[in-house]
Amino acid sequence: MSGPASTRRSTLAAEIRQRTGLNPARCYQCGKCSAGCPMAQETRLRPHDILRLVQRGRRDRLFADDSIWLCLTCETCSARCPNEVGPARIIDALRELALESGEGEPPRAIRAFHESFLKQIRRHGRIFEFGMIAGFKLRSGKLFADVAKMPATMKRGKLALSPRRIAGVDDVRRIFDACSAAARKEVQP
Amino acid sequence: MRLGYFPGCSLHATARECEESLRAIAAPLGVELVELDDWACCGATSAHATNHLLSVALPARTLALAEQQGFDTVLAPCAACYARLASARHELARDRSALERVAAILERPFTNAVKVVSIAELLRDLTPRIREQARRPLGGARVAAYYGCLLVRPTEVSGFDDAEQPSSMETVITAAGGTPVEWRRKVDCCGAGFSLSRTGSVIRLGRAILEDAKKAGAEAIAVGCPMCHSNLDLRQKAMSRTMPEPLGLPILYLSQVVGLGLGLEPSSLGLGRHFVGTGRFVEKATAPPAPAAKSDEPRKEVA
Ligand code: SF4
Ligand code: SF4
Repeated sequence: MSGPASTRRSTLAAEIRQRTGLNPARCYQCGKCSAGCPMAQETRLRPHDILRLVQRGRRDRLFADDSIWLCLTCETCSARCPNEVGPARIIDALRELALESGEGEPPRAIRAFHESFLKQIRRHGRIFEFGMIAGFKLRSGKLFADVAKMPATMKRGKLALSPRRIAGVDDVRRIFDACSAAARKEVQP
Repeated sequence: MRLGYFPGCSLHATARECEESLRAIAAPLGVELVELDDWACCGATSAHATNHLLSVALPARTLALAEQQGFDTVLAPCAACYARLASARHELARDRSALERVAAILERPFTNAVKVVSIAELLRDLTPRIREQARRPLGGARVAAYYGCLLVRPTEVSGFDDAEQPSSMETVITAAGGTPVEWRRKVDCCGAGFSLSRTGSVIRLGRAILEDAKKAGAEAIAVGCPMCHSNLDLRQKAMSRTMPEPLGLPILYLSQVVGLGLGLEPSSLGLGRHFVGTGRFVEKATAPPAPAAKSDEPRKEVA
């Protein structure tokens, strides 16, 4: 991959294209993606708006908004796009860009969820839901969300309470380190 | 048929009934499930949403383990895990340099030779066997097949069924003796990725799915994903809060529907672990075929 100094100066669309192999310029704004998007009624920017802003290189508007973080990656938009633009993967790439460059970050609850989740995998190699829910609550501040459902869930034998580490946990940690180092390198000169 | 089995994190916890029913139907269907040794989490949405390389490398480790452990096919019964494993496989099959890069990160031999199958694909391919082994006609129970996102999308990754009008689950339900219903929302997203972080969206999306299935006359919904399951089952009460009466739509794993059709004991299929009671559905599905055609009469259920 080419150095960030050059990608900075290049257009956002080119950067996306380089990361994903998809070409945002192909989007002709038919709006079919937004018509099927389950989150469109909750987001300010719908998928076709996002595509238009990518074409215009408006990082400011894309990264100042929650919309890219509220995408569920359900892939409906990509399946229905008549022009194979691939909005879902393009939105993935926008989130990665935002995180790597520090230009944007997810809303608190969503960030807390991803952090707790990944931390569990790093620590044990797998997710043990009880620990994940506890970690999520601490990080997001949503202390009482869903607490009422915990005893019922346990009664049904549905929460694995004691985490066991997988044998290859060091393997998993090395993979995490290598992947985050690679992500950091993308943005440093 | 010998399959490498990747349970994923859910099947050991929230989705225990999925694993129980899967193990119960394996023998009658002639499938040997061998759990992969030392598998790790696929990274799910959290890796996918934050670090693309990680979202490929974590599943790739599992695929490399499967290869080393001598499997040519891996079953991922959780649709979310399936999508991560199948996406990694697809991406690395197209891009030689990415494969080399990932193999170097894994520090183990990896040729990306293992095939990944979902529960819907596996059971669809086993329908002749299901038909042959079916012991109960399921009382003609009407079941809505719910695919959600990850079994059929992205199209180029899963590809075993049509993305807009899939039919594999209906084929399985019919083979097991059930009656699939026609409905509109079978490939809609239920929002499960935000189950903990943005519950309001999840309730809105789930409610629309449940209402549509009910309107189409479904007595149960069959799913192939523990995320969809816990969403539609555990949150169904909250989803029906604005309705005149609770929806009472049991959410079954496809493997549980098949298990009932094969005549297995409901308790061996984990049917007592659900939040929305499965009693009435199970009663209908397991009733001996009555000589008089009276079985369709509404019965009061004691929850
Ligand atoms: S469906 Fe495709 S071409 Fe149409 S607006 Fe969306 S991304 Fe653009
Ligand atoms: S992938 Fe994201 S943008 Fe596309 S339809 Fe789903 S929620 Fe909307």
